[in-house]
Amino acid sequence: MPPPSAGAPIDPARAILQGLTVLEIASDRAAYAGKLFGDLGANVIVVEPPGGHASRWYGPFVDDEPGPNRCLWWWNYNTSKRSVVLDLNTDAGRSAFRELAGVADIVLEAEDPGTLESFDLDHPQIRADRPELIWVSVTPFGRQCAEFHEPTTDLTQLAAAGTVWACGYDDHSQPPIRPSGNHAHHTASAFALLGALTAVVHRDVTGIGQHVDVSMHAAVNVSTEVSTVDWLFAQSTLQRQTGRHASAHPTMEIQVPAADGRFVTTPLALTSAGNFRAALEWLRELALEEEFPEAFFLQMGIDRGGVSMKQLGVDAEVTAIYGAGREALYLIASKFSARQFFVEAQRRGIACGVVFSPEEALHDEHFRAREYPIAVEHPELGRSITYPGIPFTGSEIPVILRRAPLVGEHTDEVFGEMA
Amino acid sequence: MSAPAKSAALSHVRICDLTGLLAGAGATRFLAAFGAQVIRIEQPLHETHRWDFLRGGRMPDGRMGINFGGNFNNHNVEKLSVTLDLKSEEGKQLLTRLVEISDVVTENFSAHVMERLGFGYERLKAINDQIVYVSNSGFGKTGPYSDFKSVGQVVQACSGLSFVSGLPEQPPAGWGFAYMDHMGAYLMAAAVLAGLIARKRTGEGQWVDFSCTEAGIGLAGPDLLDATVNGRPMRRPGKPNSNADNFPAMAPHGIYAAAGDDSWVAIACRDDDDWKRLASVVNEPWALDDKLATLAGRFAQREELAELLEAWTSRHERARSVELLKAAGVPAEQVAMPEDRIDNDPRTSKWNLWPWVHHAEIGDVRVEGVPIHMSETDWIIARGAPCLGVDNDFVYGSLLGLREREIADLASRGVI
Repeated sequence: MPPPSAGAPIDPARAILQGLTVLEIASDRAAYAGKLFGDLGANVIVVEPPGGHASRWYGPFVDDEPGPNRCLWWWNYNTSKRSVVLDLNTDAGRSAFRELAGVADIVLEAEDPGTLESFDLDHPQIRADRPELIWVSVTPFGRQCAEFHEPTTDLTQLAAAGTVWACGYDDHSQPPIRPSGNHAHHTASAFALLGALTAVVHRDVTGIGQHVDVSMHAAVNVSTEVSTVDWLFAQSTLQRQTGRHASAHPTMEIQVPAADGRFVTTPLALTSAGNFRAALEWLRELALEEEFPEAFFLQMGIDRGGVSMKQLGVDAEVTAIYGAGREALYLIASKFSARQFFVEAQRRGIACGVVFSPEEALHDEHFRAREYPIAVEHPELGRSITYPGIPFTGSEIPVILRRAPLVGEHTDEVFGEMA
Repeated sequence: MSAPAKSAALSHVRICDLTGLLAGAGATRFLAAFGAQVIRIEQPLHETHRWDFLRGGRMPDGRMGINFGGNFNNHNVEKLSVTLDLKSEEGKQLLTRLVEISDVVTENFSAHVMERLGFGYERLKAINDQIVYVSNSGFGKTGPYSDFKSVGQVVQACSGLSFVSGLPEQPPAGWGFAYMDHMGAYLMAAAVLAGLIARKRTGEGQWVDFSCTEAGIGLAGPDLLDATVNGRPMRRPGKPNSNADNFPAMAPHGIYAAAGDDSWVAIACRDDDDWKRLASVVNEPWALDDKLATLAGRFAQREELAELLEAWTSRHERARSVELLKAAGVPAEQVAMPEDRIDNDPRTSKWNLWPWVHHAEIGDVRVEGVPIHMSETDWIIARGAPCLGVDNDFVYGSLLGLREREIADLASRGVI
């Protein structure tokens, strides 16, 4: 069966979050949440100070020419939004903000604790008149922990909350690694979206809104999988390893270079009897069996009906069979380009991956076939730019993105709608 | 003894939950913490090849079995468990009845499993036209890779996220955990909630299919547009350099060695003022050099500056340099080990980020909380993961109306 509506434009009135109005105060921390709302069809109005939000100057820039409307950070995190410029330092700006909050379903903000209160624009003041309003605050440590507030960046938050400790190399003289991409912001924004939507579902039944307090520190802390759970459950401290899960004890490498020097990853190696049979047949097709004296272990894997990863290090025979399976994959990978190995191994039922760079992923044939990359028009530049698209498909999932707004592009339009 | 309280946020929502592992179970975990009734459909005990391989496990004290998986317990708090053989005709009939009385169906099988089981969207919709169906797979339900097998590390590799984590001229460091299982779970839960909101508005259910790899590509940040707009790919000499590089550009910006074994601090100077503060803390001649007063000046000597700063951080215990820098207003943190952030960080304990739950066989154990607090209907996590099939009587009896004898008969024949 085809998926719901792949490729076909949908009626904007049917977009999944159509009908929700989100009033966002421009920020680093919650911008991605606002983007997700907008891309899914909500009416997102992002409020910026005169001249535009600071993140319009973060870079990189179109053709390396700086400018508030040429910043790729801003473009990336502000698609499908409309921009309104308000000066919250003035009475007129605050009054206009209150007016917009008066018609919003959700206010999304990431101001430091105390900032909005000093403008008399915090949620207790605004929600007093509109109990149905949902107000989402994203701060480094949560409004509930405001006394711990201090300056942070994506790097320091990922270090404090466990991501960095778990990532890096086998060689511990190398520093642990902070993955790039702004993942403290992404993780906090995912929870901002979840909290807001949960509150909408509740409001739709009861008519009551609420304050949603998101802690970035807490969000990253609960997003390190085994690194957290193994401490909670077994007081075990996992150690970083190259290209694979951190572990209490060193585990086999899973990431190796293919013939083109690019990397493949084989996280599960071979486990089922079918996996072992596929690998053995593949070795034979490539006339590599002679080069691989451990091939008999693959036959043992077939004869045993596969092996359980839970027996690794417990059962010596299972450990040897499993290790030979991984070595067989390494040998085969050394004969193919990384992508060829990935596709061919997967076609043979072996779970593995190719380490694409982001742009290689975006332009790969699978994602193009699914129309995941989206061409976004930038008429003022006379250019159409390829963006990563929407990771959902469905009859009510939009298939277009609107480019991020110019500074204050929609101020008149939005207040015109209010009149 | 009365049952522990549930959050009121989603208490009107019932989920027929076919998910497993973290990528799926993590989604319904969030919904369960906010009060949704999440009914996990699991393979009966006699099935030895269990697709949610986290379910069983071994405790640190040596106890082991199908109910002892530590990660499973974490990912499945506040849920119900029923067993059901989906390959049997009777099993399919019972699933049909569960879909009839549910608001949502969730699953993260490989892409075409639901259709093979006879429960593709057209069938689900025919059973219950209000149903919100959310599917989650590595590569989505269409396209050349839709049959491919995937786990978090595959998603991270194929989406570009592994590539952008590392040092120049080194192999990708990647991720030491399944980050995309988390992010996938969060976005999957968002799709469930969005589907419920849309249903309230339109009166209709829908199917949302989620592709975890596509979500991963979307998390590359502004670097990806630098490639598509400026033709500057991430695969180029000097890249990635993910500790040092950042938008906006900062220097210093990195992870530096502290005194002691495998001990590290993260430091970021957001602007020239931060640098001035840091220089006054360090108070050594190199730091007070005027050439370093501007970002351009510091960037011109970025590598040398990192070495000089690391010589300073290496002379201090990590807690000491962090304390000094924070007191001056410079963003700095130790690279926290699990015990630092879980047992010794008031910013997580005051949040109640590590609640205790009771598990019928494991006992009392700590799990992850939720990084959101809601003022009116906050989350509640008090019950550990359900033992396998522990809610068969409630779900098949109280919800579906089967008699005790019928339930016993189904159990004796391995249907449940």
